[in-house]
Amino acid sequence: MTSKIEESYVHRRLEAHRPLTAKHVFLQWEWLLVLIFVGVLVMNTMLSPYFLNITSLRDATMVFLDKSFIVFPMAFIMIMKEIDISVGSTVALSSVGMATAYNVFGLPMEAAIVVCLVVGALCGLFNGFLITKFPELSAVIVTLATMILYRGIAYIILEDQASGNFPEWFGFFGWGYVYGVPFILIVFVGIAIAFGLLLHKTTFGRKVFAIGHNDVTSKFSGVNVKKTKLIVYTLAGLMAAVTAVFLASRMGSTRPNIANAYELDVIAMAALGGISTAGGKGRLIGTVIAIFIVGYLQYGLGLINIPSQTLMIVIGALLLFAVVVPKIKDLRKS
Amino acid sequence: MSTNMIDSTLPVNVEKKESKLAKIGQFREIGLLAFIIMLMIAVQMRNSSFLTIENMTDMMTNTAILLILAVGMMLVLVTRGIDLSIGATLALSGMVVAQFVSNHPQTSPLVAILMGIGIGIVCGLVIGGLVSFLGVLPIIATLAMMNIYRGMTYMVSDGKWISSYQMPENFVGIATSKILGINSLVVIVIIVYIVAFYFIGHTRTGRQIYAVGSNPESAKVTGVSEKKIFLLVYTVMGGLAGLSGVLWVSKFASAQGDTATGFELSVIAACILGGVSIAGGAGKLSGVILGAMLIGILNNALPLLNVSPFWQKGIEGCIILAAILLNVMVKRGVEQNNLLRRRV
Repeated sequence: MTSKIEESYVHRRLEAHRPLTAKHVFLQWEWLLVLIFVGVLVMNTMLSPYFLNITSLRDATMVFLDKSFIVFPMAFIMIMKEIDISVGSTVALSSVGMATAYNVFGLPMEAAIVVCLVVGALCGLFNGFLITKFPELSAVIVTLATMILYRGIAYIILEDQASGNFPEWFGFFGWGYVYGVPFILIVFVGIAIAFGLLLHKTTFGRKVFAIGHNDVTSKFSGVNVKKTKLIVYTLAGLMAAVTAVFLASRMGSTRPNIANAYELDVIAMAALGGISTAGGKGRLIGTVIAIFIVGYLQYGLGLINIPSQTLMIVIGALLLFAVVVPKIKDLRKS
Repeated sequence: MSTNMIDSTLPVNVEKKESKLAKIGQFREIGLLAFIIMLMIAVQMRNSSFLTIENMTDMMTNTAILLILAVGMMLVLVTRGIDLSIGATLALSGMVVAQFVSNHPQTSPLVAILMGIGIGIVCGLVIGGLVSFLGVLPIIATLAMMNIYRGMTYMVSDGKWISSYQMPENFVGIATSKILGINSLVVIVIIVYIVAFYFIGHTRTGRQIYAVGSNPESAKVTGVSEKKIFLLVYTVMGGLAGLSGVLWVSKFASAQGDTATGFELSVIAACILGGVSIAGGAGKLSGVILGAMLIGILNNALPLLNVSPFWQKGIEGCIILAAILLNVMVKRGVEQNNLLRRRV
């Protein structure tokens, strides 16, 4: 008995100090992602002569980075073995809230942006509240219901109208540069670093991993599971609202049907980034690479006029690829 | 498991009253039926054209496809899964069959239906294979396949619609013809439900579906193959979606790339309203029929009451959320009462 405990202790210590051999450094998911990324760039360069120059690569980020903000909290959620499919609807509702605050209630644009963030955070909070209050319910079904509900409220407010007329400076979010770097890219880097530190360098991040491994044991070891889940879902709503701000700014107006099927793109990016859908595993650096893979892939295929419906197939296939490849490895082991 | 054991060792507060909510669980079907009747009377008082034979048959044929899909979705939900891809499967099978019959006008309706079912079964097999053999989560597998099938529908159709004039008459007749004086859609629904009733309640495989859903571990111990069951339910779901695709295209006499987008949500809503447990293992055909009827009546009645179509989604969302939460409360109440009984 004692030897067994010692054995497991030794084993755990070895796990904590993973040896730095070439095999461990190079045989990782992230390197596969880098390879895929290079492959996408090469393919795009061959497909279109306009692709590989720094201006085009830089400006493409303005188009695809908006949804990437949600990928980080989605990674947290998936690490906790849960899922949130209401994020697309949250984007729509918070942007409609912003447009209504500005156009109907006559609030200044700054206040309208705050309204947008608050609406998004409230949507996320409501998801988190339902999921923690009713642990019998799976996150799938709760967020499925709120997905319909949030989109429905957006339709009730705006019907099929577009709402825009934002002040000119608001366009800066979507189209602005700071010293030649797109503003959205700077915000993206900042948020990526913040979430990376939160997940990998704080006790909060460790708690998220612990819940993903085993939520019962983490509860009995003193992790406040409910509070952690509530915070993470609220963050997801907040980031959806950030997406809404950038999206509305880029498009100049908003509609209740924007950000349709964003949840698929976001989940695909997170899964491709190596976040295991079985929970408890993943690193944010992978998701960052995955965001750029999917983004440049969409951009490159758009350059040669591939219709958006075909892109749906590509994203779906990427998601399956990301989920199935690790499973095949597991199957072979057993 | 572990939480249950801990709960039962805790001192139970005997002062606690019996939960009244549990009674709803016993009378769920009757309650739902009463609610439907009340709703119908209320709608009739506002608009007298509601309870006419014409409107009723209209409503029945409109709800028929929902009813067919709800059977398959119930089986999927019973195994603790979910299928978001059925709207896309429906569109794909409808589109392929519509193109085929518009090029081959001599095709008999039966062949068209079998073709649709075949396409649906293949679509379902792919999802079933992903879920059972590769262990992909149902939500992830069906989300991905939903987009792949939807994209394929657009690719097959090249973005064009197939309209009624391109379809031969006998194909459109699938949905409008009558068998023994009853609309053939309704006949198909009745056949599907009779088969499902026998399959679910009176065959070994049917009971195994519930066994896997209510307790996967013990099902495995008793020799039920989980993989086989998963493969089966998603294939059945796909087949029913394929059948619905043909019926949909025939009924609306048009096949489009975006046919039935988001229809899976209505189907899931019907199942949840009908008392199918999301946690798996529970669900009755009678409940599903009532749930689908309720959704059908709402869809039919809201325009009659001059409710803006833009409210429909919001109302649907509220109803689904309320139904899920009510289910949970009822279940908690039942468990609390069982706990009380054990003490006394």
